[in-house]
Amino acid sequence: MMAHERHRSASPDEWKMAGQIVRVLFPLFVLVLTLCLVPGIPGSAAAEKPALKWGGDTEGGAPFMFADPADPDMLIGFEVEIVEQIADYLGMRAEFVQNGWDNLIPGLQRHLYDISINGLEITPEHKQEVNFSIPYYRTFLQLSVRRDEKGITSLEDCTDKVVGTLKQSYAYFTLVDAGVKDIRTYEDEINAYTDLQNGRLDATLFDAPIAIYYAGFNPEIKFVGGPIGEMEYGIALRKEDTELLRKINEAVVHLRDSGELRRIYDRWNLWSPVMADLFQDFSPAKEAPSRFQEWAEHQKPEFTLALRLKRYAGFLPILGRAAVVTMEVSLAAMALAIVLGLFLAMTRIFGPSLLSHLAVLYIEFIRGTPVLIQLFFIFYGLPHIGIKLSPFVAGVLGLGLNYAAYEAENYRAGLLSVPRLQMEGALALGMSRWEALRHVVLPQAIRVSLPPVTNDFISLLKDSSLVSVITMVDLTKAYGQLATTYYDYFGTGILVAIIYLLLGLPFVRLARWTERRMAVAVHGGAIPGGTGRNGKYSLGRKPASY
Amino acid sequence: MTKVGAPLIHVENLCKSFEDGEVLKNVSIDIREGDLVSVIGPSGCGKSTFLRCLNCMEYLDSGNITIAGVTVSRTGTEEHLDRPFLEACAQMRKNVGMVFQSVNLFPHKTVLDNVMLAPLVVKKEAPDQARENALRLLAKVGLKDFAARYPATLSGGQAQRASIARALAMNPKVMLYDEPTSALDPELVNEVLQVMKDLDAEGMTQIIVTHHMRFARNASDYIVFMDGGEIVEKDDGDVLFTTPKNERTREFLRHFTEEVA
Repeated sequence: MMAHERHRSASPDEWKMAGQIVRVLFPLFVLVLTLCLVPGIPGSAAAEKPALKWGGDTEGGAPFMFADPADPDMLIGFEVEIVEQIADYLGMRAEFVQNGWDNLIPGLQRHLYDISINGLEITPEHKQEVNFSIPYYRTFLQLSVRRDEKGITSLEDCTDKVVGTLKQSYAYFTLVDAGVKDIRTYEDEINAYTDLQNGRLDATLFDAPIAIYYAGFNPEIKFVGGPIGEMEYGIALRKEDTELLRKINEAVVHLRDSGELRRIYDRWNLWSPVMADLFQDFSPAKEAPSRFQEWAEHQKPEFTLALRLKRYAGFLPILGRAAVVTMEVSLAAMALAIVLGLFLAMTRIFGPSLLSHLAVLYIEFIRGTPVLIQLFFIFYGLPHIGIKLSPFVAGVLGLGLNYAAYEAENYRAGLLSVPRLQMEGALALGMSRWEALRHVVLPQAIRVSLPPVTNDFISLLKDSSLVSVITMVDLTKAYGQLATTYYDYFGTGILVAIIYLLLGLPFVRLARWTERRMAVAVHGGAIPGGTGRNGKYSLGRKPASY
Repeated sequence: MTKVGAPLIHVENLCKSFEDGEVLKNVSIDIREGDLVSVIGPSGCGKSTFLRCLNCMEYLDSGNITIAGVTVSRTGTEEHLDRPFLEACAQMRKNVGMVFQSVNLFPHKTVLDNVMLAPLVVKKEAPDQARENALRLLAKVGLKDFAARYPATLSGGQAQRASIARALAMNPKVMLYDEPTSALDPELVNEVLQVMKDLDAEGMTQIIVTHHMRFARNASDYIVFMDGGEIVEKDDGDVLFTTPKNERTREFLRHFTEEVA
């Protein structure tokens, strides 16, 4: 016979407080979940003009489209002006849709918008996927080096040097073709130019507009060699939208011939001999490069600390809105994960064999694949079988379904920590299995699961940054946008990190608190072998009396 | 001290096997209302399984059990546990209270809430009525002042008394005890046994699987000796301990002669 063991258990107060957390949190999550599932109230349909929905990536930066340094709430850029002119000509209203640059074409196929314009090169590969308008811009690649660099004057000098550029770009393939051995690829141009200045790179190769805007005003960097290669930007449309293509082409031709496009390029300092060739327009500039000047003004290194702080204060509304997005997605996803996870854990432990195996399969599959892939699949993959979800719902589903697998394991650990005797005791009192679970087993299991579940929420908050790949402007996306606009990953980064920290802090504290409370919550009555054949739930086999 | 009463419990050809062998072999017994019966026997003789079959904590393989008009029976040829059988089991559990060897009070609830839970959930009793009833039962087992305590703060003996009160709250027709004092420190045993004696005086039908031979001999109406999955002998305590008819009974009781002398 077993000797009686005095059970160590949580004190009454601890049980009460733990119960309160459950009582407070659960309705909160249900509320958030409900809010998320209620479709958004449609905006006032005041616009009498039809919308021309266009997709682009504000993180692409200057001069294409970016947040106005003078007012970060405003979207500016030469492509923004072009789209507005086109929409105007067509009697439509330009409506911007944000999407990551890598996903602009998938977003088009997914009908997130009807045209995409964001430095999309007219290449044979792209043309297999989408139709292009006639080119609205032609440019070339520009080699940049440090001011004191003497050894590099052309691409041929670079074969043994370290050269940086954007990943998977025309410039990258040009470097490969030129036989450059050490190519460093970047997600954005700012870091490449910073590394050039710091000596980590010997040269950079970028589209001329980027070079002009990110190095043209920098006295530490100079351009060397002539134009390299040639590329043309076009407006991308779905293959089937031939009528819209015809109208867009008509608009581009009109804007070219009326000189509107020329004026835009002059303002943005983007006119060049190759453009003159493209438009057969060899006249002198019609306007001063006013937009370029404004931009350069904001990039001056003598920017004072006071001005810098004032600028950061100006970021707060944008970052605040982004923080709300981050928080909404995280809370809703967590609510889903908590409810679905509980269901999965119960199915796995108590369900019939087939369902139990399916639950295991789900958990292992989800935990074994990257959440990024799952998000892509839900947002861009599911439309192929007719399921089109809004970015928010897709984000909540993606993160929620993913974290449900992890929460299920937390709950399972909690459920398994409740001695089988508890279930027996409840059954012996005449409760049904469900009643016993609901009133006896689950409340105890949830108390044990609470600390790991709360901890998981903190990682979910950070993983929510992944929703930026499905067009949502969360904190991480807002960081990228502001940093590229202001050439400032440092200060903006600290600001964004602080906001993440502040968002997570209450949950960090909650997790610690639950951990402290639950650390002593070893269950009473856990004396295995006292009755029957199994002392506790066995993992593989259900006890006979369930 | 024979009591009058019709058989409240009727067990016929009860058989039960586990993966590792046959545990109960054609057990049959009748127990009258108001009896206090002790079941004794060596470890592994099947006495706990017998008890657990009575309130369907284990499902019998074949045979039938009738308690207070509710019958569960199987022929042993059924492929599945069918719905009528499971419903009968559920009804059986409501009629039969059980106290286990190890304390299994619900640690997240106070003693009072432990006692109130099943009446509220299963019988849908009004909270006021359930509370009043629970407090009365706690007073009966001597735990009036412990209603607001959590199980972890109770001694083993107090916890077992609370378990008894919790089982009584469902108004069972029969109480089963599976070695209720084996896990207790010796000085705590009597307070638990006393509760059973009190209940016996009130006419409760009780079956106790126990190793406390003195209690079995003095308090029970009769003792059932089990060995090898069978009821070997069933008799008045004094008779069984002094003049057992069966050699196996005599062999088993030899270890206890000092305790009960």
